[in-house]
Amino acid sequence: MSPPSRRRLLLGGAGVALGAIPARRLTEGPAAPDHGAHADHGQAMPHGGGVNGPVFRGVVDHAANGFDPSEILRDFDYGKVSALPGGQVLREWEIVASDREIEVAPGVRFPAWTFNGRVPGPTLRCRAGDRLKVRFVNASAHPHTMHFHGIHPAEMDGVPGIGRGVIEPGGDFVYEFDAEPFGVHLYHCHVGPLAEHIARGMYGMFVVDPPQPRPKADELVMLMHGYNTTFDAEGNQLYAVNGIPFHYMHTPVRVRRGELVRIYLGNMLEYDPINSFHLHANFFDYYPTGTRLEPSEYTDTVVQAQGQRGICELRFPHLGKYMFHAHKTEFADLGWMGFFEVVE
Amino acid sequence: MSTTRSLRLPTWLLACASFAGIVVVLGLLLLLASQSLPERTGPPAEQLAIERTVLSPSTIELTVRNTGADPVRIGQIFVNDAYVAFTGATEPLPRLSSQTLRIDYPWQEGQPYLVSMLTSTGAVIEHEIGAAVETPPAGGGVLALMALLGTYVGIIPVVLGMALLPVLRRSGPTVVRILLALTVGLLAFLAVDAALEGLELAAESGGAFGGSLLVFLGAGLAFLALTAVGGLQRRRSAAADPDRPNGGRLALMVAVGIGLHNLGEGLAIGSAYAVGELALGAALVVGFALHNTTEGLAVVAPLAQQRPSVGRLAGLGLVAGGPAILGAVVGVAVDNAGISALLFGVGVGAIVQVIVQLAPALRNQAGKILDPAGVAGLTAGVVIMYVTGLVVTA
Repeated sequence: MSPPSRRRLLLGGAGVALGAIPARRLTEGPAAPDHGAHADHGQAMPHGGGVNGPVFRGVVDHAANGFDPSEILRDFDYGKVSALPGGQVLREWEIVASDREIEVAPGVRFPAWTFNGRVPGPTLRCRAGDRLKVRFVNASAHPHTMHFHGIHPAEMDGVPGIGRGVIEPGGDFVYEFDAEPFGVHLYHCHVGPLAEHIARGMYGMFVVDPPQPRPKADELVMLMHGYNTTFDAEGNQLYAVNGIPFHYMHTPVRVRRGELVRIYLGNMLEYDPINSFHLHANFFDYYPTGTRLEPSEYTDTVVQAQGQRGICELRFPHLGKYMFHAHKTEFADLGWMGFFEVVE
Repeated sequence: MSTTRSLRLPTWLLACASFAGIVVVLGLLLLLASQSLPERTGPPAEQLAIERTVLSPSTIELTVRNTGADPVRIGQIFVNDAYVAFTGATEPLPRLSSQTLRIDYPWQEGQPYLVSMLTSTGAVIEHEIGAAVETPPAGGGVLALMALLGTYVGIIPVVLGMALLPVLRRSGPTVVRILLALTVGLLAFLAVDAALEGLELAAESGGAFGGSLLVFLGAGLAFLALTAVGGLQRRRSAAADPDRPNGGRLALMVAVGIGLHNLGEGLAIGSAYAVGELALGAALVVGFALHNTTEGLAVVAPLAQQRPSVGRLAGLGLVAGGPAILGAVVGVAVDNAGISALLFGVGVGAIVQVIVQLAPALRNQAGKILDPAGVAGLTAGVVIMYVTGLVVTA
């Protein structure tokens, strides 16, 4: 501790924290219902906070938000499927950009820019070689695009000045290309200022299955991201996977013992250089970008820069609850953590 | 002529009518202005001032006051980048209202903490705890300790300084003049120091009750009040003995000014103790005491030509040093940076008033204040305060 200065004494004392004697006890109303303490499955969770780890007060109103991270987890949008004359599979989607205020933490509103009203946007899924037609409608007050990762012609890249370029408010455009290569990809808005368009929530996962399907599994989407609620572009106040921080702490991801679990993992975190995924009490095969069918690594922790993604495959041999979180523990403490709950 | 006289209204009625007219017009103006002004746009101005921090094992308690224009709803709180459980302030805080938040956090002694309050709009209001120390429990023991500390840093050093009176009495008028100049230098230093402290405190208060204005308000009012009191006293003593230059009155004024300064010092000690910073403190108390010894000298300097009674000297010592006790006790209990800023302002006003009172006594036979002796005294006063201030820092 530094030596006390008279000034610091005066300030530290009289200014920062006046008075030691609590002249009155807490005079607040009845205690707020402790939503954080109850689990989705009817069993009591230990109360968080203090030495039990980070926690929010209360829970987010998913109904009002219009999306629920538990549903996003297994929500794959295969689009409207038909066949082209040559036999090629055609998949069509309509994606609407809109400005929505969402509750990102209990009692905290965030003016988001969204694809189909949710953060992250819908998980679009197809098979390699499929013809994709994505009709993008800009119902937002701001110009946007859809930029898909993958291999496609320049005019379908969804960046300003190329092809149709920026889609102005009220405008729409059909992005049309073949799904290549297989793997787990991303899509996001690519209008400047780019960081803000990403940080406001304009991203989603884009899964291209290999020609020969991967083995049957319980498939999950986990897109890592954050919210810079102060809009100062200096880090985030909230870190999350699939929209709402800490959601899977009180509503764990339920999986079956021994069943193959496949996680499509991606990182769209803005304002921080890297993110990571760490699983407790287990290891997984990791397939970077999912573009090869052989795993590159058997691990319990992977690191992804913004835009990186991969597939994690694993089985849980034991019952119980297993934590997963960013192994950047600051992100974990600020919301990016949850539980798997392994059941029979 | 008689008709005009009968039409003339009584003064009180005229005053009432004028007053009513002013009220009506102002009311209309307010009504119209509020309608003609556009709605305020942009994000709400959210401000919270943290008025009190109480640390108990695994818990941080903050008393926050909304000092901004708009209601503030605290959504979540994170401490050192980790979201925490807390109770209190479940509803939005209206302007100027305060609430106590109880945060569940396993803080460690001596560590710094940054408490960040995430409001419903996503704004972050931060509160820094420099070094966490458990807040001492309330009780008579604390008050007794404060009284003791106040005595240590207030009364004892002042009385010690006063013990130099016999030396002063044997000194010539030039020495006395130098000492008086030294007193003024010392007081000027204190005035500037207290003003700066007060302004910084006012900044902490969030400005809801006037902010730095409180310091000037306190200073102005104290100056005026003391001038009035001094005037009354002068008239009385002038009636008793119009010829004698009144050293006793000056000494009392000096004692009052220093007393008000010591009130601020006590306040600082008390509130510092509240957050445990005084746990570091023996050196600090000694430093303050040394710093204050010169104040005793200042009190007796105007008495160099007199033979005051022991009782009178004791009284002066009490006036100059006693407020340190009061300040320490109040400092432990008071929970408002604004009040503290105001008290610092009062101290400044009192000191300035004393300087004004002392100034005539600094004149040499040619009527000059800034002759070499005067300048030497003034400089010595400032330097002494500066150096003893450094002792406190060490």
